[in-house]
Amino acid sequence: MLEVRNLQVRYGAIRAVRDVSLTVRRGELVALLGANGAGKSSTLLAIAGALKPAAGTIRLEGEEVTALSPEQMVKRGIAMVPETRDVFPDLTVAENLQLGAFVRRRDRAEVDADRQALFDLFPILAERIDQPAGTLSGGEQQQLVIARAMMSRPKLLLLDEPSLGLAPAIVDKIFDMIVKLRATGVTILLVEQNAGKALRIADRAYVLSLGAIAAEGTADEIASASDLKAIYLGA
Amino acid sequence: MAAFIQFAIDTLSLGSLYALMALGLVIVYGILRLVNFAYGELIMVAGYTLFLLNGSPLPWLAMAAVAVLMAVLTGIATDYVAFRPVREKSVTAVLITSFAFSTLLQNAALLFISPRARLVPVPDIFSQSVHIGGVVTPLRNILTIVVALLLLAGFAVVMKRTVLGIALRAAASKFTMARMLGVPANLIITSAFAISGLLAGVVSLFLLQFRDAFTFSLVILILLWRPEGLIRGPATGQRT
Repeated sequence: MLEVRNLQVRYGAIRAVRDVSLTVRRGELVALLGANGAGKSSTLLAIAGALKPAAGTIRLEGEEVTALSPEQMVKRGIAMVPETRDVFPDLTVAENLQLGAFVRRRDRAEVDADRQALFDLFPILAERIDQPAGTLSGGEQQQLVIARAMMSRPKLLLLDEPSLGLAPAIVDKIFDMIVKLRATGVTILLVEQNAGKALRIADRAYVLSLGAIAAEGTADEIASASDLKAIYLGA
Repeated sequence: MAAFIQFAIDTLSLGSLYALMALGLVIVYGILRLVNFAYGELIMVAGYTLFLLNGSPLPWLAMAAVAVLMAVLTGIATDYVAFRPVREKSVTAVLITSFAFSTLLQNAALLFISPRARLVPVPDIFSQSVHIGGVVTPLRNILTIVVALLLLAGFAVVMKRTVLGIALRAAASKFTMARMLGVPANLIITSAFAISGLLAGVVSLFLLQFRDAFTFSLVILILLWRPEGLIRGPATGQRT
Protein backbone atom coordinates (compact mmCIF):
# COMPACT_ATOMS: atom_id res chain seq x y z
CA MET A 1 0.00 0.00 0.00
CA LEU A 2 2.77 2.41 0.95
CA GLU A 3 6.17 2.22 -0.65
CA VAL A 4 8.95 4.62 0.30
CA ARG A 5 12.17 4.43 -1.73
CA ASN A 6 15.48 6.10 -0.85
CA LEU A 7 13.81 8.95 0.98
CA GLN A 8 15.97 11.89 1.92
CA VAL A 9 14.81 14.84 4.02
CA ARG A 10 16.88 17.91 4.72
CA TYR A 11 16.58 20.85 7.08
CA GLY A 12 18.88 23.24 5.29
CA ALA A 13 22.30 21.62 5.27
CA ILE A 14 21.34 18.95 7.79
CA ARG A 15 20.19 15.61 6.45
CA ALA A 16 17.67 14.33 8.99
CA VAL A 17 16.75 11.38 6.79
CA ARG A 18 19.59 10.08 4.61
CA ASP A 19 18.24 6.95 2.99
CA VAL A 20 15.00 5.35 4.08
CA SER A 21 13.16 2.67 2.13
CA LEU A 22 10.18 0.94 3.64
CA THR A 23 7.01 -0.85 2.65
CA VAL A 24 3.70 -1.11 4.44
CA ARG A 25 1.17 -3.64 3.19
CA ARG A 26 -2.60 -3.27 3.46
CA GLY A 27 -3.92 -4.05 6.93
CA GLU A 28 -0.49 -4.19 8.53
CA LEU A 29 0.70 -2.46 11.67
CA VAL A 30 4.30 -1.51 11.07
CA ALA A 31 6.49 0.05 13.75
CA LEU A 32 9.26 2.50 12.97
CA LEU A 33 11.71 2.50 15.87
CA GLY A 34 14.86 4.35 16.69
CA ALA A 35 16.55 6.72 19.09
CA ASN A 36 15.90 10.43 19.37
CA GLY A 37 16.98 12.23 16.23
CA ALA A 38 17.13 9.08 14.12
CA GLY A 39 14.77 10.64 11.58
CA LYS A 40 11.53 8.86 12.49
CA SER A 41 9.31 11.92 12.73
CA SER A 42 10.86 13.50 9.64
CA THR A 43 10.11 10.33 7.68
CA LEU A 44 6.50 10.42 8.84
CA LEU A 45 6.10 14.14 8.10
CA ALA A 46 7.47 13.60 4.60
CA ILE A 47 4.95 10.81 3.99
CA ALA A 48 2.18 13.12 5.27
CA GLY A 49 3.31 15.84 2.86
CA ALA A 50 4.26 18.30 5.60
CA LEU A 51 7.95 18.13 4.66
CA LYS A 52 9.21 18.13 1.09
CA PRO A 53 11.65 15.26 0.49
CA ALA A 54 15.02 16.28 -0.94
CA ALA A 55 15.19 12.99 -2.83
CA GLY A 56 13.42 9.66 -3.10
CA THR A 57 9.90 8.57 -3.97
CA ILE A 58 6.75 7.87 -2.02
CA ARG A 59 4.06 5.69 -3.60
CA LEU A 60 0.59 5.08 -2.26
CA GLU A 61 -1.24 2.14 -3.83
CA GLY A 62 1.13 2.25 -6.77
CA GLU A 63 0.61 5.94 -7.43
CA GLU A 64 3.44 8.40 -6.97
CA VAL A 65 2.55 10.95 -4.28
CA THR A 66 6.01 12.38 -3.55
CA ALA A 67 5.94 16.04 -2.46
CA LEU A 68 2.17 16.48 -2.68
CA SER A 69 0.71 19.02 -0.25
CA PRO A 70 -0.59 17.77 3.12
CA GLU A 71 -4.18 18.47 2.09
CA GLN A 72 -3.81 16.35 -1.06
CA MET A 73 -2.35 13.52 1.01
CA VAL A 74 -5.43 13.54 3.24
CA LYS A 75 -7.64 13.30 0.16
CA ARG A 76 -5.67 10.25 -0.93
CA GLY A 77 -6.25 8.54 2.39
CA ILE A 78 -3.29 9.38 4.62
CA ALA A 79 -4.00 10.75 8.10
CA MET A 80 -1.27 11.99 10.39
CA VAL A 81 -1.16 12.19 14.17
CA PRO A 82 1.91 14.32 14.93
CA GLU A 83 3.92 13.82 18.11
CA THR A 84 3.22 17.40 19.14
CA ARG A 85 -0.34 16.24 19.87
CA ASP A 86 -1.78 19.18 17.99
CA VAL A 87 -5.33 19.62 19.20
CA PHE A 88 -6.78 23.02 18.39
CA PRO A 89 -6.97 24.18 22.01
CA ASP A 90 -9.64 26.85 21.57
CA LEU A 91 -11.94 24.63 19.54
CA THR A 92 -14.28 22.23 21.27
CA VAL A 93 -13.85 18.48 21.02
CA ALA A 94 -16.80 18.42 18.59
CA GLU A 95 -15.22 21.09 16.39
CA ASN A 96 -11.88 19.30 16.39
CA LEU A 97 -13.61 16.12 15.23
CA GLN A 98 -15.61 18.05 12.65
CA LEU A 99 -12.39 19.35 11.10
CA GLY A 100 -11.04 15.81 11.03
CA ALA A 101 -13.85 15.03 8.60
CA PHE A 102 -13.14 18.15 6.52
CA VAL A 103 -12.39 16.24 3.31
CA ARG A 104 -15.70 14.40 3.42
CA ARG A 105 -17.84 17.06 5.08
CA ARG A 106 -20.60 16.59 2.49
CA ASP A 107 -21.65 13.09 3.66
CA ARG A 108 -23.06 14.27 6.95
CA ALA A 109 -24.90 11.06 7.80
CA GLU A 110 -21.79 8.94 7.40
CA VAL A 111 -19.64 11.40 9.30
CA ASP A 112 -22.11 11.30 12.19
CA ALA A 113 -22.15 7.51 12.12
CA ASP A 114 -18.35 7.40 12.20
CA ARG A 115 -18.29 9.85 15.06
CA GLN A 116 -20.65 7.60 17.03
CA ALA A 117 -18.46 4.58 16.27
CA LEU A 118 -15.39 6.44 17.49
CA PHE A 119 -17.20 7.42 20.68
CA ASP A 120 -17.61 3.69 21.41
CA LEU A 121 -13.83 3.39 21.21
CA PHE A 122 -13.07 6.70 22.94
CA PRO A 123 -16.00 7.17 25.36
CA ILE A 124 -14.28 10.03 27.20
CA LEU A 125 -14.56 12.21 24.08
CA ALA A 126 -18.33 11.88 24.10
CA GLU A 127 -18.34 13.13 27.69
CA ARG A 128 -16.11 16.08 26.85
CA ILE A 129 -17.80 16.92 23.56
CA ASP A 130 -18.47 20.62 24.20
CA GLN A 131 -15.29 21.34 26.14
CA PRO A 132 -12.43 23.29 24.54
CA ALA A 133 -9.78 20.73 23.60
CA GLY A 134 -7.13 22.71 25.50
CA THR A 135 -8.81 21.77 28.79
CA LEU A 136 -8.41 18.02 28.23
CA SER A 137 -5.67 16.00 29.93
CA GLY A 138 -2.71 14.76 27.91
CA GLY A 139 -4.15 11.28 27.51
CA GLU A 140 -7.52 12.67 26.46
CA GLN A 141 -5.87 14.97 23.94
CA GLN A 142 -4.01 12.00 22.51
CA GLN A 143 -7.30 10.15 22.10
CA LEU A 144 -8.78 13.22 20.47
CA VAL A 145 -6.03 13.60 17.86
CA ILE A 146 -6.24 9.90 17.00
CA ALA A 147 -10.04 10.04 16.73
CA ARG A 148 -9.78 13.26 14.71
CA ALA A 149 -7.39 11.61 12.26
CA MET A 150 -9.78 8.65 11.94
CA MET A 151 -12.64 10.99 11.03
CA SER A 152 -11.17 11.35 7.52
CA ARG A 153 -11.58 7.55 7.11
CA PRO A 154 -7.93 7.09 6.23
CA LYS A 155 -6.51 4.05 4.48
CA LEU A 156 -3.20 4.68 6.21
CA LEU A 157 -2.84 6.15 9.68
CA LEU A 158 0.53 7.64 10.65
CA LEU A 159 1.00 7.71 14.43
CA ASP A 160 3.94 9.64 15.80
CA GLU A 161 4.91 8.76 19.38
CA PRO A 162 1.42 8.31 20.82
CA SER A 163 2.94 7.42 24.21
CA LEU A 164 5.08 10.55 24.53
CA GLY A 165 4.77 12.22 27.92
CA LEU A 166 1.89 10.08 29.15
CA ALA A 167 1.63 8.13 32.41
CA PRO A 168 2.31 4.36 32.00
CA ALA A 169 -1.29 3.40 32.73
CA ILE A 170 -2.52 5.81 30.06
CA VAL A 171 0.08 4.52 27.60
CA ASP A 172 -1.31 1.00 27.99
CA LYS A 173 -4.78 2.34 27.30
CA ILE A 174 -3.63 4.16 24.16
CA PHE A 175 -1.91 1.01 22.89
CA ASP A 176 -5.12 -0.99 23.51
CA MET A 177 -6.95 1.56 21.42
CA ILE A 178 -4.42 1.30 18.61
CA VAL A 179 -4.98 -2.46 18.55
CA LYS A 180 -8.74 -1.91 18.39
CA LEU A 181 -8.36 0.64 15.62
CA ARG A 182 -6.26 -1.76 13.66
CA ALA A 183 -9.02 -4.34 13.98
CA THR A 184 -11.31 -1.93 12.10
CA GLY A 185 -9.09 -2.48 9.06
CA VAL A 186 -6.97 0.65 8.93
CA THR A 187 -3.31 0.24 8.04
CA ILE A 188 -1.00 1.82 10.61
CA LEU A 189 2.57 3.07 10.53
CA LEU A 190 3.60 3.67 14.13
CA VAL A 191 6.63 5.64 15.25
CA GLU A 192 7.63 4.85 18.83
CA GLN A 193 10.50 5.23 21.22
CA ASN A 194 8.92 2.70 23.52
CA ALA A 195 10.20 -0.21 21.41
CA GLY A 196 9.04 -3.01 23.70
CA LYS A 197 5.41 -1.89 23.67
CA ALA A 198 5.41 -1.12 19.96
CA LEU A 199 6.86 -4.52 19.03
CA ARG A 200 4.21 -6.30 21.08
CA ILE A 201 1.41 -4.96 18.87
CA ALA A 202 3.25 -4.60 15.52
CA ASP A 203 3.48 -7.14 12.69
CA ARG A 204 6.75 -5.86 11.34
CA ALA A 205 9.26 -3.22 12.31
CA TYR A 206 12.01 -1.06 10.90
CA VAL A 207 14.79 0.35 13.05
CA LEU A 208 16.15 3.72 12.07
CA SER A 209 19.57 4.93 13.03
CA LEU A 210 21.12 8.22 11.98
CA GLY A 211 18.64 8.73 9.17
CA ALA A 212 18.91 5.28 7.59
CA ILE A 213 17.29 1.87 8.06
CA ALA A 214 19.55 -0.17 10.35
CA ALA A 215 17.37 -3.26 10.70
CA GLU A 216 14.06 -4.62 9.52
CA GLY A 217 12.03 -7.75 10.10
CA THR A 218 8.98 -9.18 11.80
CA ALA A 219 8.26 -7.80 15.24
CA ASP A 220 9.52 -11.02 16.84
CA GLU A 221 12.77 -10.98 14.89
CA ILE A 222 13.45 -7.39 15.81
CA ALA A 223 12.51 -7.96 19.44
CA SER A 224 14.96 -10.85 19.76
CA ALA A 225 17.77 -9.20 17.81
CA SER A 226 20.64 -8.80 20.20
CA ASP A 227 22.12 -5.73 18.50
CA LEU A 228 18.93 -3.68 18.94
CA LYS A 229 20.23 -2.06 22.09
CA ALA A 230 23.43 -1.15 20.32
CA ILE A 231 21.53 0.52 17.52
CA TYR A 232 19.44 2.43 20.01
CA LEU A 233 22.54 3.67 21.71
CA GLY A 234 23.80 4.86 18.36
CA ALA A 235 26.75 2.51 18.24
CA MET B 1 -25.44 63.64 31.64
CA ALA B 2 -25.99 65.07 28.22
CA ALA B 3 -22.26 65.43 27.74
CA PHE B 4 -21.76 61.83 28.81
CA ILE B 5 -24.29 60.53 26.30
CA GLN B 6 -22.74 62.68 23.62
CA PHE B 7 -19.27 61.32 24.30
CA ALA B 8 -20.52 57.76 24.58
CA ILE B 9 -22.17 57.87 21.19
CA ASP B 10 -19.23 59.61 19.51
CA THR B 11 -16.60 57.31 20.89
CA LEU B 12 -18.68 54.18 20.37
CA SER B 13 -19.28 55.01 16.73
CA LEU B 14 -15.64 55.77 15.97
CA GLY B 15 -14.48 52.93 18.20
CA SER B 16 -16.69 50.39 16.50
CA LEU B 17 -15.13 51.34 13.17
CA TYR B 18 -11.68 50.78 14.67
CA ALA B 19 -12.85 47.41 15.93
CA LEU B 20 -13.97 46.39 12.45
CA MET B 21 -10.70 47.63 10.96
CA ALA B 22 -8.67 45.74 13.53
CA LEU B 23 -10.68 42.60 12.87
CA GLY B 24 -10.07 42.88 9.12
CA LEU B 25 -6.37 43.26 9.68
CA VAL B 26 -6.07 40.55 12.27
CA ILE B 27 -7.95 37.86 10.37
CA VAL B 28 -5.11 37.77 7.85
CA TYR B 29 -2.41 38.29 10.47
CA GLY B 30 -3.81 35.52 12.67
CA ILE B 31 -3.49 32.95 9.91
CA LEU B 32 -0.32 34.01 8.09
CA ARG B 33 1.47 35.72 11.00
CA LEU B 34 2.20 38.40 8.40
CA VAL B 35 0.80 41.91 8.36
CA ASN B 36 -0.94 42.94 5.17
CA PHE B 37 0.50 46.42 4.72
CA ALA B 38 -1.86 47.03 1.83
CA TYR B 39 -4.83 46.88 4.20
CA GLY B 40 -5.35 50.64 4.41
CA GLU B 41 -5.63 50.68 0.63
CA LEU B 42 -8.65 48.39 0.80
CA ILE B 43 -10.45 51.17 2.65
CA MET B 44 -9.20 53.63 0.05
CA VAL B 45 -10.37 51.47 -2.86
CA ALA B 46 -13.90 51.32 -1.48
CA GLY B 47 -13.86 55.09 -0.93
CA TYR B 48 -12.70 55.91 -4.44
CA THR B 49 -15.12 53.41 -5.95
CA LEU B 50 -17.89 55.33 -4.25
CA PHE B 51 -16.43 58.58 -5.64
CA LEU B 52 -16.23 57.18 -9.17
CA LEU B 53 -19.85 56.07 -8.96
CA ASN B 54 -20.90 59.60 -8.02
CA GLY B 55 -23.59 60.82 -10.40
CA SER B 56 -24.53 57.31 -11.54
CA PRO B 57 -28.26 56.56 -11.47
CA LEU B 58 -27.78 53.73 -8.97
CA PRO B 59 -29.37 54.03 -5.53
CA TRP B 60 -26.83 54.65 -2.75
CA LEU B 61 -27.11 51.15 -1.33
CA ALA B 62 -26.18 49.66 -4.71
CA MET B 63 -23.20 52.01 -4.98
CA ALA B 64 -22.15 51.01 -1.48
CA ALA B 65 -22.45 47.33 -2.38
CA VAL B 66 -20.24 47.85 -5.45
CA ALA B 67 -17.70 49.73 -3.31
CA VAL B 68 -17.56 46.93 -0.74
CA LEU B 69 -17.31 44.35 -3.51
CA MET B 70 -14.33 46.22 -4.96
CA ALA B 71 -12.64 46.14 -1.56
CA VAL B 72 -13.27 42.38 -1.35
CA LEU B 73 -11.84 41.84 -4.84
CA THR B 74 -8.83 44.02 -4.05
CA GLY B 75 -8.32 42.00 -0.87
CA ILE B 76 -8.32 38.77 -2.88
CA ALA B 77 -6.01 40.42 -5.43
CA THR B 78 -3.58 41.26 -2.61
CA ASP B 79 -3.34 37.56 -1.87
CA TYR B 80 -2.79 36.58 -5.51
CA VAL B 81 -0.38 39.42 -6.36
CA ALA B 82 1.56 40.08 -3.18
CA PHE B 83 1.33 36.99 -0.99
CA ARG B 84 0.80 33.77 -2.89
CA PRO B 85 3.78 33.95 -5.28
CA VAL B 86 6.28 34.43 -2.46
CA ARG B 87 4.46 33.08 0.59
CA GLU B 88 6.43 29.87 0.92
CA LYS B 89 9.76 31.47 0.07
CA SER B 90 10.46 34.09 2.69
CA VAL B 91 8.78 36.33 5.21
CA THR B 92 10.87 39.31 4.13
CA ALA B 93 9.75 38.87 0.55
CA VAL B 94 6.08 38.97 1.57
CA LEU B 95 6.73 42.06 3.65
CA ILE B 96 8.23 43.84 0.66
CA THR B 97 5.62 42.70 -1.89
CA SER B 98 2.90 43.76 0.53
CA PHE B 99 4.46 47.24 0.82
CA ALA B 100 4.88 47.36 -2.94
CA PHE B 101 1.24 46.51 -3.58
CA SER B 102 0.23 49.20 -1.10
CA THR B 103 2.43 51.81 -2.83
CA LEU B 104 1.13 50.73 -6.21
CA LEU B 105 -2.51 51.21 -5.19
CA GLN B 106 -1.84 54.52 -3.46
CA ASN B 107 0.02 55.98 -6.40
CA ALA B 108 -2.52 54.69 -8.87
CA ALA B 109 -5.14 56.60 -6.90
CA LEU B 110 -2.98 59.75 -6.79
CA LEU B 111 -2.23 59.54 -10.48
CA PHE B 112 -5.57 58.55 -11.94
CA ILE B 113 -7.96 60.17 -9.49
CA SER B 114 -6.56 63.04 -7.48
CA PRO B 115 -4.31 63.87 -4.57
CA ARG B 116 -7.04 66.14 -3.20
CA ALA B 117 -10.01 65.15 -1.08
CA ARG B 118 -13.06 64.23 -3.13
CA LEU B 119 -16.75 64.24 -2.42
CA VAL B 120 -18.55 60.95 -2.32
CA PRO B 121 -22.29 60.37 -2.59
CA VAL B 122 -23.95 60.18 0.81
CA PRO B 123 -27.49 58.95 1.49
CA ASP B 124 -29.97 61.41 3.03
CA ILE B 125 -30.25 59.33 6.15
CA PHE B 126 -26.60 60.18 7.02
CA SER B 127 -27.37 63.87 7.32
CA GLN B 128 -30.35 63.48 9.63
CA SER B 129 -30.13 63.86 13.40
CA VAL B 130 -31.91 62.22 16.29
CA HIS B 131 -32.62 63.21 19.88
CA ILE B 132 -31.37 60.76 22.46
CA GLY B 133 -31.53 61.54 26.17
CA GLY B 134 -31.57 65.29 25.57
CA VAL B 135 -28.72 65.39 23.05
CA VAL B 136 -28.89 65.84 19.32
CA THR B 137 -26.66 63.43 17.52
CA PRO B 138 -26.22 62.61 13.83
CA LEU B 139 -28.15 59.51 12.89
CA ARG B 140 -25.08 58.19 11.04
CA ASN B 141 -23.31 57.73 14.39
CA ILE B 142 -26.09 55.47 15.59
CA LEU B 143 -26.10 53.67 12.25
CA THR B 144 -22.36 53.10 12.50
CA ILE B 145 -22.74 51.47 15.90
CA VAL B 146 -25.66 49.30 14.75
CA VAL B 147 -23.91 48.17 11.57
CA ALA B 148 -20.69 47.41 13.46
CA LEU B 149 -22.58 45.36 16.04
CA LEU B 150 -24.40 43.44 13.30
CA LEU B 151 -21.15 42.75 11.47
CA LEU B 152 -19.39 41.62 14.63
CA ALA B 153 -22.30 39.34 15.45
CA GLY B 154 -22.30 37.99 11.90
CA PHE B 155 -18.56 37.45 12.09
CA ALA B 156 -18.92 35.56 15.36
CA VAL B 157 -21.65 33.33 13.89
CA VAL B 158 -19.56 32.56 10.81
CA MET B 159 -16.52 31.75 12.96
CA LYS B 160 -18.47 29.53 15.35
CA ARG B 161 -21.10 27.84 13.25
CA THR B 162 -19.71 27.30 9.77
CA VAL B 163 -17.11 24.77 8.68
CA LEU B 164 -15.14 27.56 7.02
CA GLY B 165 -15.16 29.57 10.27
CA ILE B 166 -14.03 26.60 12.33
CA ALA B 167 -11.31 25.88 9.78
CA LEU B 168 -10.20 29.54 9.92
CA ARG B 169 -9.94 29.41 13.69
CA ALA B 170 -8.04 26.13 13.53
CA ALA B 171 -5.68 27.54 10.91
CA ALA B 172 -5.12 30.61 13.07
CA SER B 173 -3.87 28.45 15.90
CA LYS B 174 -2.05 25.65 14.01
CA PHE B 175 -1.88 26.14 10.27
CA THR B 176 0.16 23.06 9.36
CA MET B 177 -1.99 20.80 11.51
CA ALA B 178 -5.12 22.16 9.83
CA ARG B 179 -3.56 21.35 6.46
CA MET B 180 -2.75 17.84 7.66
CA LEU B 181 -6.50 17.38 8.22
CA GLY B 182 -7.18 18.31 4.62
CA VAL B 183 -8.05 21.99 5.06
CA PRO B 184 -6.69 23.60 1.85
CA ALA B 185 -4.25 26.40 2.64
CA ASN B 186 -5.20 28.51 -0.36
CA LEU B 187 -8.92 28.40 0.37
CA ILE B 188 -8.34 29.51 3.96
CA ILE B 189 -6.00 32.34 3.04
CA THR B 190 -8.14 33.64 0.20
CA SER B 191 -11.21 33.55 2.46
CA ALA B 192 -9.32 35.50 5.10
CA PHE B 193 -8.37 38.16 2.54
CA ALA B 194 -11.97 38.31 1.27
CA ILE B 195 -13.38 38.78 4.79
CA SER B 196 -10.68 41.36 5.43
CA GLY B 197 -11.77 43.24 2.29
CA LEU B 198 -15.41 43.03 3.29
CA LEU B 199 -14.73 44.59 6.69
CA ALA B 200 -12.49 47.28 5.18
CA GLY B 201 -15.15 48.10 2.59
CA VAL B 202 -17.89 48.53 5.17
CA VAL B 203 -15.57 50.60 7.39
CA SER B 204 -14.87 52.82 4.41
CA LEU B 205 -18.57 53.61 3.91
CA PHE B 206 -18.84 54.96 7.44
CA LEU B 207 -15.34 56.32 7.89
CA LEU B 208 -16.02 58.69 4.99
CA GLN B 209 -18.59 60.35 7.16
CA PHE B 210 -16.10 61.54 9.74
CA ARG B 211 -14.48 64.74 8.63
CA ASP B 212 -10.72 64.48 8.42
CA ALA B 213 -10.81 60.97 9.76
CA PHE B 214 -10.20 59.47 6.34
CA THR B 215 -6.55 59.09 6.94
CA PHE B 216 -4.30 56.10 6.97
CA SER B 217 -2.40 57.14 10.04
CA LEU B 218 -5.00 55.46 12.15
CA VAL B 219 -4.58 52.25 10.27
CA ILE B 220 -0.88 52.47 10.95
CA LEU B 221 -1.73 52.91 14.63
CA ILE B 222 -3.68 49.68 14.56
CA LEU B 223 -0.78 48.04 12.75
CA LEU B 224 1.59 48.95 15.57
CA TRP B 225 -0.90 47.58 18.00
CA ARG B 226 -1.20 44.15 16.40
CA PRO B 227 -4.12 42.80 18.37
CA GLU B 228 -3.31 39.27 17.33
CA GLY B 229 -5.46 37.56 19.88
CA LEU B 230 -8.61 39.12 18.57
CA ILE B 231 -9.49 36.40 16.11
CA ARG B 232 -9.83 33.90 18.92
CA GLY B 233 -10.74 36.55 21.42
CA PRO B 234 -13.87 38.43 22.37
CA ALA B 235 -15.29 38.63 18.86
CA THR B 236 -15.76 34.89 18.64
CA GLY B 237 -16.63 34.46 22.28
CA GLN B 238 -13.73 32.04 22.71
CA ARG B 239 -11.20 31.75 25.45
CA THR B 240 -7.89 33.24 24.48
